[in-house]
Amino acid sequence: MAEVLVLVDHVEGEIKKSTYELLTAARGLGEPSAVVVGAAGTAGKLADGLKAHGAAKIYVAETDSTDFLTPQVAVLASLVESANPAAVLISVSADGKEIAGRLAVRTDSALLGDAVGVSPDGVTHSVFGGAYIAEAKANTDHPVITLRPGSIEIEQADGAGAEQSVEVPASSGRSATVTAREPLVGGDRPELTEASVVVSGGRGVGSAENFELVEKLADSLGAAVGASRAAVDSGYYPHQFQVGQTGKTVSPQLYIALGISGAIQHRAGMQTSKTIIAVNKDAEAPIFEIADYGVVGDLFKVAPQLQEEIVKRKS
Amino acid sequence: MNIVVLIKQVPDTYSERKLDGSDGTLDREATDAVLDEINERAVEAALQLKEANDGSEVTVVAMGPDRATDAIRKALSMGADKAVHLSDEALHGSCAVQTSKALATLISSVDSGYDIVLAGNEASDGRSGAVPAMVADLLGVPALTHAREVTVEGGSVNVTRETDDGVTKLTAELPALVSVNEKINEPRYPSFKGIMAAKKKPVSTLSLADAGIDASQVGLANALSTVTSSQPKPPKSAGEKVEDEGDGGSKIAAYLVSQKLV
Repeated sequence: MAEVLVLVDHVEGEIKKSTYELLTAARGLGEPSAVVVGAAGTAGKLADGLKAHGAAKIYVAETDSTDFLTPQVAVLASLVESANPAAVLISVSADGKEIAGRLAVRTDSALLGDAVGVSPDGVTHSVFGGAYIAEAKANTDHPVITLRPGSIEIEQADGAGAEQSVEVPASSGRSATVTAREPLVGGDRPELTEASVVVSGGRGVGSAENFELVEKLADSLGAAVGASRAAVDSGYYPHQFQVGQTGKTVSPQLYIALGISGAIQHRAGMQTSKTIIAVNKDAEAPIFEIADYGVVGDLFKVAPQLQEEIVKRKS
Repeated sequence: MNIVVLIKQVPDTYSERKLDGSDGTLDREATDAVLDEINERAVEAALQLKEANDGSEVTVVAMGPDRATDAIRKALSMGADKAVHLSDEALHGSCAVQTSKALATLISSVDSGYDIVLAGNEASDGRSGAVPAMVADLLGVPALTHAREVTVEGGSVNVTRETDDGVTKLTAELPALVSVNEKINEPRYPSFKGIMAAKKKPVSTLSLADAGIDASQVGLANALSTVTSSQPKPPKSAGEKVEDEGDGGSKIAAYLVSQKLV
C-alpha cells in the first residue's frame, strides 16, 4: 500500500489535535507515515500519540535550524521524491498553507487546499463559507492536500510507528530567518474555530463596554466569543474574533447571533453552524432567514435572561 | 529601491458570490469586482517604503481578465508608478500552482527588476492563502508572510509576522517577498490629483506570448487539479421566529433544552 505523508503539527513538542485528524484521513488513502520536523527530542515526545493513531512509519527530521518553514518544505520535498507517496496531508493553518503551497510548486504537484474531506477519488471543499460544496481531484501524482481542522472525526488505530531519521536537505532558494517567537497566549475561552458553541455580537451591541454582555452569555455556555465585521469596524471587539468572509469561518454545534443583521459577509462565516439562534430588534433582519430559532426583541433584555436560565440549569 | 506589488481583483465580499455551474470556476461576471482590500494595504505598504527610500519605484503586477484594469488604476491613483497586466483568455481556470508560476515569470520580466515584492497575505476569494509564498519559492527568494510590520534597512528586511498561532520576528536579505496582513496599515484614499495622474501612467498589457509563458502551462485544461462537481448547498431554511414579550431569553433556553444543546 502506498505511503501517505502526514506533516505533524506541533508547537514546541506539543502535538496539535489536527495531526490526529490527518492520520485518520490518511488511512483512507494508504499507509500513514508521520513526518516530524523539529528540535532534537521532538519525535520522542510525540511517538506514542502518533502510533496510537495509526502511523506506520515516523520520519524524524531533527534540526536546530532557525530557517523559517524551509526545513519542513525541504524534508517533505525529499520524501516525496524517495517515497513517492499517494498524497501529502497538511493541516490548514498559516504555516501549513504556506508549507503546502511551496511543496506543491517544488514537486510539481496538485495543491488541493482547504479540504473538508478526502477520499481516493479526491477532496471535498466547502466554498464561499459553505454556500457551495465542490469536489476536486488531482491530475498529478502525490497531490498536496490541506485539511481544515475539525472536519474529520479522530479514530484511533494501532500503527507500528517505525522511526526512520531523515536529513534536512540544504534548500535551493534562500530562506528568511526566525529571530524571535512569541506564541499566542490563549485566554480561558475556547478557540473560535474549534469551539462547539459560539456567541457573537454585532453592531446592535452598541459599544465595546456592552460586549461584556456577549462575553457573559458566552462564559455561561463555555462558548467562544465572535463579532461581526460591523462590530469590529466600529471598534467594539478585536479583529481576531471577526466571523465572516473576511474573518474566521466557524461551524459550531450552536451559534448565537446577538444584534447581528446577517449580511452575506457575516453569513458566509457561520451559515454551516448546526443550530443558529438569533436575537435582533429588526424583524426583517436577514439573519432570521437562516436562524433555527429567532427572537425579535432587545438583546439587552433577552441575553441576560437567557444567561440567567443557563446558569440556573447548570446549578 | 525597486518595489513590485502583486494585486488581484476579487468579487466584493459584500455581494453574493457564485460558482460557474459549467466548470466550477468563480463566476466573475456575477458579482461586483473590487481591488481586494488586503491588496490596498500591500499597495500602501509599497508606497510607504517608496517614500522612505529616495529614488524608489513601485510597479504593480496583476493577472486577470480585462476588468482587472480597474484595480490597477486604483493602485496607480494611490501612487504606484507603473503596471504590468497579464491578461489572456487562456489563463481562465488556472490552478494555484499555474498562477504562481505565471506570476513568478511576470515578476522576473519586470524590466526594472525588484528588491522587494509585496502582496496581500490572502485573497478573499481563493483563500488558498499560499500564492505569495509559492511565488517566492519559485523566485528563489525568502518569503516573509503575514507581516504586521515591515522595515527595510541596509539591504535587509525585517518583518513582524502575526497569525492566529502567534507572533514571529523574521529577517532576510533582499531581494525578498513580503505578504502583509490586515494590521499593517490603513490604505490612503486616492486624491483627485492622483486619479488624474494615474491616467497617464504606463500600463503594459501582456498576452501569454508577450510574457513568454507557454499556453500549455496554464488554464483550466492543463490545471494540476480539477473541480469535478460543484453545487450550491440548499439554503438553510428559517425556523421559528417569536416576538419578545418579556420571556424571549427563557424561550431560547427552552428551545436549547428541547434540542439537547444545554
